[in-house]
Amino acid sequence: MLRRIRILTLIFLLLLAGCGRSDDNGDGEVNGEGKPFRIAIIMPSSTTDIAWSQSMFDSLIAVQAEMGGEDALKIAYSEGMFRVTDASAAIRDYASEGFDLVIAHGAQYGNSVFEVATDFTETSFAWGTSSDTGADKGIENVFAYGAVANEGGYVNGVVAAMLSQNDVIGVIGPVAGDAKLYIDGFVKGVNDVKPHAQVNISYTGSFSDTTLAAEAAHVHIQAGADVLTGSAQQVVGAIGVASENDVAWLGTQSDQISLGPDVVVTNQIYNWANVVTDMISKIEKGELGGTAYSLTFANDGLRLEFNENIEIADEVKAAARTAIEDIKSGDVDPVLIEEDK
Amino acid sequence: MDELFTISTLIGILHSCVRLATPYLFASLGETFGQRSGVLNLGVDGIMLMGAFFAFYAVFEGHNLWVGVLVAIVVGIMMGLLKAFVSVTMQSLQGISGIGLYLFGLGLSSLLFKTLIGSVEGVSGFRQLAIPLLSDIPGLGHILFNHNALVYLAYLMVPVSWFVINRTTLGLKIRAVGHNPEAADTLGVSVNGVRYTTLMIGGALAAVAGASLSIGLQNVFQENMTNGLGFIAVALVYFGSWRTVGVLGGSLLFSLVNALQLWVQALDIPVPSEVAVMMPYIMTIVVLAFTARQIQKPAALARSYERGE
Amino acid sequence: MNTRLFLAKLIDILLPVLAMVVALVVGVLLLFLLGTDPFEAYSALIRGALGNVSGITQTLTKATPLLLVGLGICIAFRGGVINIGGEGQIVVGALAATAFGVGFGNMPALILLPLTLISGAAAGLIWGGIPGLLKARLGVNEILTTVMMNQIALRLMNFLLRGPLLDPEHVAAGTSIPQSAALPESIWLPRLVPRTLFHGGAILAVLLALAVYFLLWRTTIGYRIRAVGLNPHASRYAGIPVAKYVTLSLALSGMLCGLAGAVEVLGVHHRMLEGLSGGYGFSGIVAALFGKLHPLGAIPASALFGALLVGADKMQRAVQVPSALAIALQGLVVLFVVSSDLYVRRRTRRRVGDDGSAGPPATEGGTRDAVAEA
Repeated sequence: MLRRIRILTLIFLLLLAGCGRSDDNGDGEVNGEGKPFRIAIIMPSSTTDIAWSQSMFDSLIAVQAEMGGEDALKIAYSEGMFRVTDASAAIRDYASEGFDLVIAHGAQYGNSVFEVATDFTETSFAWGTSSDTGADKGIENVFAYGAVANEGGYVNGVVAAMLSQNDVIGVIGPVAGDAKLYIDGFVKGVNDVKPHAQVNISYTGSFSDTTLAAEAAHVHIQAGADVLTGSAQQVVGAIGVASENDVAWLGTQSDQISLGPDVVVTNQIYNWANVVTDMISKIEKGELGGTAYSLTFANDGLRLEFNENIEIADEVKAAARTAIEDIKSGDVDPVLIEEDK
Repeated sequence: MDELFTISTLIGILHSCVRLATPYLFASLGETFGQRSGVLNLGVDGIMLMGAFFAFYAVFEGHNLWVGVLVAIVVGIMMGLLKAFVSVTMQSLQGISGIGLYLFGLGLSSLLFKTLIGSVEGVSGFRQLAIPLLSDIPGLGHILFNHNALVYLAYLMVPVSWFVINRTTLGLKIRAVGHNPEAADTLGVSVNGVRYTTLMIGGALAAVAGASLSIGLQNVFQENMTNGLGFIAVALVYFGSWRTVGVLGGSLLFSLVNALQLWVQALDIPVPSEVAVMMPYIMTIVVLAFTARQIQKPAALARSYERGE
Repeated sequence: MNTRLFLAKLIDILLPVLAMVVALVVGVLLLFLLGTDPFEAYSALIRGALGNVSGITQTLTKATPLLLVGLGICIAFRGGVINIGGEGQIVVGALAATAFGVGFGNMPALILLPLTLISGAAAGLIWGGIPGLLKARLGVNEILTTVMMNQIALRLMNFLLRGPLLDPEHVAAGTSIPQSAALPESIWLPRLVPRTLFHGGAILAVLLALAVYFLLWRTTIGYRIRAVGLNPHASRYAGIPVAKYVTLSLALSGMLCGLAGAVEVLGVHHRMLEGLSGGYGFSGIVAALFGKLHPLGAIPASALFGALLVGADKMQRAVQVPSALAIALQGLVVLFVVSSDLYVRRRTRRRVGDDGSAGPPATEGGTRDAVAEA
């Protein structure tokens, strides 16, 4: 008896599965007239990582709002694609579904992008951080983009040096060698204002270890630091600690002010909107790739936001603005030149 | 290098160590209950994430911090029940069902976060609470008595767990069931009942471990914020040879090396950070390799029990 | 074999599929939470995994590392040890294969290819063998060591990909993408279907499944591994050196995981990069479970679980749900499949003349004690 029930259940469920398969013809097709521009984005972490992935996702939403909503720009996203094989499948899938622009938002996706781009020459692709559009391989439908993060790092460094009273500043990095641009710029910025200030850098060895990042913040504070900064999605824990101890935090990548409304002083924001808008207009003109973009202060790709909720001394704001102007005009080169140790 | 051995740095390192050990202590002590009764639960990380999320959500919605802890406990008990149903009633392979529980907790907590909150936000969590008089003791006072309430609670759980396991009837039953379920059953102990109980205790403690991150140490919730911490907690139970004091030792050692490596980096002592970040894991293995004694483990660990076998 | 018995066996075999379907039905609750139409979501799941050539090849590409890891897990479970360290073993396998393949890039392909695969396997063997040795000689629990060694491997990878293994071209160009140089094209595993990632590693994995089956059930070594897994005390009295076989099963398990890493490098990415594995160590355990911890069962099982993973990704794209949904669904599937085993075991006990290969091994039970006494 029991067996019969089981067999019946089996048949029922198979039918169910069968139904599921049969009634789905038709979707996933491109609609015809007055069709919106379609962008697909593949990102390694979550749309809410408050760092790299979110910076692009927020920018896309902003572009969408500016263009007039879903009717003008359709966005499809795949988040959590930390496995490159999955991302590669997603890139190919989006391309075959006829998206106008497929953004692979991670340097690790480069090989996959070029492989798919050679198979789908009518589709436009973009990837970053990189400056490689594949032109030397004869590929014409790939854009590349990156952020000159050392510019914002430099300005944050200037702000940090101005704010610090102990002349000790803590930096929380993910993995040694990563976020190098930002950290190098930051150290240079500090040194240019206060050559003798001490910048303590510690790495957690991970991008997402919020617990260790939080403890690193504690350690920096106990070691005397009164201004902190850090990079990657792990910093949320550290910002919490900064808030608790009332120590200034300087943010980067995404808007982190909401996390520490009382302590986040400045925030370098990656604003990809201009890059995306420019890619769209190029694609609509039939230019499918070949340009390498980089976010700088000069092209409004990098923005430095001050937290409106807290008092910031005018001289700090002025110094930050001067630093930005100096970078724009080329008077300051925000790259740290390694001294021999 | 001299900088590392100043008194204030040493105090700083130990202070960090005591605080860092908090989530490990909660989670490992919880896991100890389960394992002493013969159930291996690899899903601790998933329960922690659920606890972290619900505690955070309660506080985010404006409730009292302790309400947050309570909500985490309830959620942890429910996750423990789920684990118990799968591995005790359904007698599944315990290692694998734990991985299922982990994935379920990881996915569900992130999903709830995305639907209910939607962006990373901060809350005001447990504040540092210096214990009067005790925190004035030079050195020691700062190291031990200048933390938030959940840190104290974690250390309080060590003697409590020890007492429950070694000095109560429930503890006797737990040990009996873990050592010889057949005999315990003959003596009228409900094997499944005891295992359900320990898994609920374990679930509750794991959830509080999660809460200690989201409303205690970091005051924020992010998807997968435990970052595999729960697996380390399970490993530390083996380090402690299923003894509460051993678990305390393991948590402290692991945290000490972590605190040390953070300080070494922060003080710019020339140790490559690539090496520094590996040290906690290497040291845990090395220390255990040198100290591992052949302690009798719960003989029925990871074995399902069915009456009349 | 009469019809009844045949049907019963058929249900046994199909049980994981059934449990998976039931889990997905329960998962409808999650879809309601998100306000997503379950039919649309699940049809995208099925279509994504099996609907066309692209889906099927993605499924098989994903199944390849799952099968290799799953085979390693089979050996470990049969030997009575738990290998949580697949992740780390995959990573060191991939690193070693890359280092060798790039370092000796001018060797003839016919020699270089096997040596590259072997170096990956060897690295995995060492990474799995260390926990094995520590357990056998010093009584250090393998769950602790494998969990810790995963973390060590990941940090080692972070270092190597930003230092010694970093692509010199990238260094020259000033970009800092943490990935290695490409392996020589001559040793890339051939793509079995053009314009897809499906590569020759799949065939290798299936052949190895046969080999592992042969090893476990047709050789003395395999018999001893299983004997130690089933009853270490009895094995010791029968004169089997338990410690040696504990080490061996973990080392072999690690070897297959290391090979999985090497195959991913040679077949899919052609270089080492971050995000090469990202969880195959765990997924492989699940795949092994779906296959009832039997090497031959692992073949369809890894394809099934691969299909679930690929389909879930497609579902994310089609109905725009957070990636977390796919993870929660996987968790449900694992919980249901692992629970469904009860029915098989209950019936197996009632049935006489079972071939004995379907029963679950005594996972991790008692090995340590026996080792301790040895």
